[in-house]
Amino acid sequence: MLAKRIIPCLDCDLGVPHGRVVKGVKFKQIRYAGIPWELAEEYDRQGADELIFLDITASHERRETMAKVIEKTSDNVFMPLTVGGGIRALADARTAFNSGADKVSVNTAALRNPGLINDIAKYFGNQACVLAIDAKRRYRREPGMEMVDTPDGECWFECSFYGGREFTGIDALQWAIEAEERGAGDIMLTSMDRDGTKDGFDIELTAAVSDSVNIPVIASGGCGNPEHILEVLRDTNASAALAASIFHFGEYTVGEVKECLRKGGVHVRL
Amino acid sequence: MIAIIDYGMGNLRSIHNALAKVGGNPIIISDEKALSDADADAVVIPGVASFGDAMRNLTPFSDRLFDLVYSGTPLLGICIGMQVLFERSAESDVAGFGLLAGDVIRLPDGVKIPQMGWNELTIQSDTDLLAGIDDGDFFYFVHSYYCVPEDERVIAATTDYGVDMACVVEKDNIHAVQFHPEKSSRKGLLILKNFVEMVKC
Repeated sequence: MLAKRIIPCLDCDLGVPHGRVVKGVKFKQIRYAGIPWELAEEYDRQGADELIFLDITASHERRETMAKVIEKTSDNVFMPLTVGGGIRALADARTAFNSGADKVSVNTAALRNPGLINDIAKYFGNQACVLAIDAKRRYRREPGMEMVDTPDGECWFECSFYGGREFTGIDALQWAIEAEERGAGDIMLTSMDRDGTKDGFDIELTAAVSDSVNIPVIASGGCGNPEHILEVLRDTNASAALAASIFHFGEYTVGEVKECLRKGGVHVRL
Repeated sequence: MIAIIDYGMGNLRSIHNALAKVGGNPIIISDEKALSDADADAVVIPGVASFGDAMRNLTPFSDRLFDLVYSGTPLLGICIGMQVLFERSAESDVAGFGLLAGDVIRLPDGVKIPQMGWNELTIQSDTDLLAGIDDGDFFYFVHSYYCVPEDERVIAATTDYGVDMACVVEKDNIHAVQFHPEKSSRKGLLILKNFVEMVKC
């Protein structure tokens, strides 16, 4: 039986020579800052199923720095590696794959040019194309949008791009379905309402999207403890959960999260 | 020296790094002449691309590949590199190598396709390739089709994904795995190490 996946996310600041992982790392807590490939090796030891490297600097000239990070990582870490942030065109994807990435994730570029999903899937395979969706709840009914029941009332979910700075007017559920038809292999679904809150995943969002598509959905945004991951993997059809700060800060190991999942009846690779 | 056949469809960095990591001496071979000149102790057909593309791009290597296999050189096929060893695939009209009797068919309705993720092995026979691997160990799969060997005795391990399917097959010097050992962390490296040990013997 296929195991549910636990995916640490490494947000990389590539503005320094070797890059560094920065998510949730404040100046006072610098001991948790890490060199990306060293953290990657640690997560491999802990039993992570996959790793996602997001370039949060995402300027064009940093592409080569990310390639170096992936090259260094793939010398010693043998699990699926995804690169996201700043993948704008097929050439960026190719650079990532040549450096050792197995998948790329696209968000803004795919919303601006949906054909990019088809192109990546065609040239590198469906499994190589992850569509990242950053979605925000909208409680005001709009024509054509899929309304979803939540404890806080009916809402739809709007896709955002440019790192959450701009909104698209596009319904996240409809976009997920279109992305599957275009050949995306995974959907990395981040709740903007929950991201950074540590209040737990957006269960209604995750359930709505994972019930609407046949490709795996990676739940993201809001993870504060292992029980949150248990909740989203037990109560929705999500195939994977992503978390960053609970791992980077050393609050929990991947192994501890998986032990909690196993006890809760979720099938994981231990 | 272990020859990794580069049939031009994708990145072979991971399999190269993984074989090197476990003490092998891999080189990437990009044309038949290089394969003839290489004096390979073992051959790896990696897993990239679709069945038809893989076969079309592998065909130039086929004479030398058959020579090596018939002379007893250990062969490891990974993912598509496993599927092309069979006679035919529902994915393509192009014939496979036919080194193993059987078909490649699409995963059943009712499961998400491709299978993508970590799944468990059930060991059917203890072989050198699977030394140190236990029932229930997880490996990383990415595939939409699976192999149905005609002779069930070649099946060394199976996995369950809507159907019980062969995921490790072995016949004499031919070894093949449906999952990606080079993406399967510690246990994947162990399988590659076992293969490398086999080559040294």
